[in-house]
Amino acid sequence: MNGLWDWDAAWAVLPELLLAFVQVTLIVTVLSTAIAAVLGLFIAILRMSVPKPIAAVITFIGDFIRMTPIVVQLLFAYWTFLTIEPLTIGIVVFGIHYSTYMAEVYRAGIDSVPTGQWEATTALSMSKRRAWTAVIVPQALRATVPALGNYAISMFKDTPFLLTIGVVEMVRAGLTFGGNNFRYMEAITLAGVIFLLASYPTSLLISRLEKRLAYNY
Amino acid sequence: MPTTTDPHAAAGDGTAAAVPAIRFENVEKRFGDNVVLKDLNFEVAKGDRVTLIGPSGSGKTTILRLVMTLESLSEGYIYIDGEPLTHELRDGKRVARSEKAQKQIRKRIGMVFQQFNLFPNMTVLENIIEAPVHVLGQSKAEATKRAMELLESVGLPGKANAHPLQLSGGQQQRVAIARALAMDPDILLLDEVTSALDPEIVGEVLGILRHIAETTDITMLIVTHEMQFARDVSNRVMMFDGGRVVEEATPDVMFTNPQHERTQAFLHAVLGSGDGHIGTH
Repeated sequence: MNGLWDWDAAWAVLPELLLAFVQVTLIVTVLSTAIAAVLGLFIAILRMSVPKPIAAVITFIGDFIRMTPIVVQLLFAYWTFLTIEPLTIGIVVFGIHYSTYMAEVYRAGIDSVPTGQWEATTALSMSKRRAWTAVIVPQALRATVPALGNYAISMFKDTPFLLTIGVVEMVRAGLTFGGNNFRYMEAITLAGVIFLLASYPTSLLISRLEKRLAYNY
Repeated sequence: MPTTTDPHAAAGDGTAAAVPAIRFENVEKRFGDNVVLKDLNFEVAKGDRVTLIGPSGSGKTTILRLVMTLESLSEGYIYIDGEPLTHELRDGKRVARSEKAQKQIRKRIGMVFQQFNLFPNMTVLENIIEAPVHVLGQSKAEATKRAMELLESVGLPGKANAHPLQLSGGQQQRVAIARALAMDPDILLLDEVTSALDPEIVGEVLGILRHIAETTDITMLIVTHEMQFARDVSNRVMMFDGGRVVEEATPDVMFTNPQHERTQAFLHAVLGSGDGHIGTH
């Protein structure tokens, strides 16, 4: 049990890391991305549909959330809602935090839809709701998919912050193994490798999707 | 609808035919401090084809956009078939009409834009049936059948499943015309519909519009720089300058014997350089 790298320790910690990856990291990433994607769109549309003073309040809240560290938000929510599972708190906080970023992305996407598209919906007497769902949002999404994908990856890489509220994600699982066996190097390295192996193909997938969307029409 | 009817128009059923399709009453349009239209009064009778001509910035396009409710009216009233469009006079006060009331009138008005404004996320067919299905409540089958007939009539029978951006500008504009006609409008607004097209395909689009003018009784309000088209299609031409009607005449009179010197100067500038369309066809 000495030297910089011990393959036995590496093989021993790998199953624990993979378990934490599946049980926490993946679940948080998928659910929080879903929350952020839906809530972000909702915020973006709401902000453009309500009177200016209310929109200003929504913008302020969004700025406030984006300007404070996610670790502070995690700890704040954790100590405020003591009866709620830390994993649930993590999913919701990540979802809300990233929804404020995604709202900005959607806003840019919605702004990028030419005003002529809105005018055509008026000329065809389409309802506001139908204009949003059938014309504006589908076109805005095309422009936003790459940015949304990149935020999802960024969120994925932020999941180790969950260890601050006691959620056993990959890094926490690695540290626990390290503490018990006095082997930290293998656990932390492997956690990094797993992050890389998961996020790099995802980013390639996103850029392929970006190209496909760009040429589709 | 006694409270919402143009007080100057129809007194009873017997005079209904005399109600103009479009009537502007003391219309003013400002963008900030910039007065684009000032105290504008004119009427377009049902079935009329009126072309608006005049230099850029004279407010022609603004007139179409006001009728389509794409711009808000600063002062005055617009009546469509005798019914106030965006504002009405109620108890001596000028009040805005509800969005619902505006929408009912808007359904009868169609518009074709300079930049086509087709929905790029939909196929050609989806573009055409969108409003008939979701606004007029037609069944998909019914709307599709009509859309296919319209595509046939604009010379694009095979393009139903194409995406707009796969089409040429001329083809896109023909789809846009079909899309507007699918709503069976009483009034069709044509806003410089050939200005974004290559010169050699302007003719095919104008040919289709000429055909529509000949075979339907849709009221048309046209802004165009194609003087030959204005002459062929319209029965009245209005010359605008500085937000006012400078001169109004039949196309024959307007293009051969304009009275106002501003009109003479404008037509000379447009036609006199040798590449004008009048007389070259």
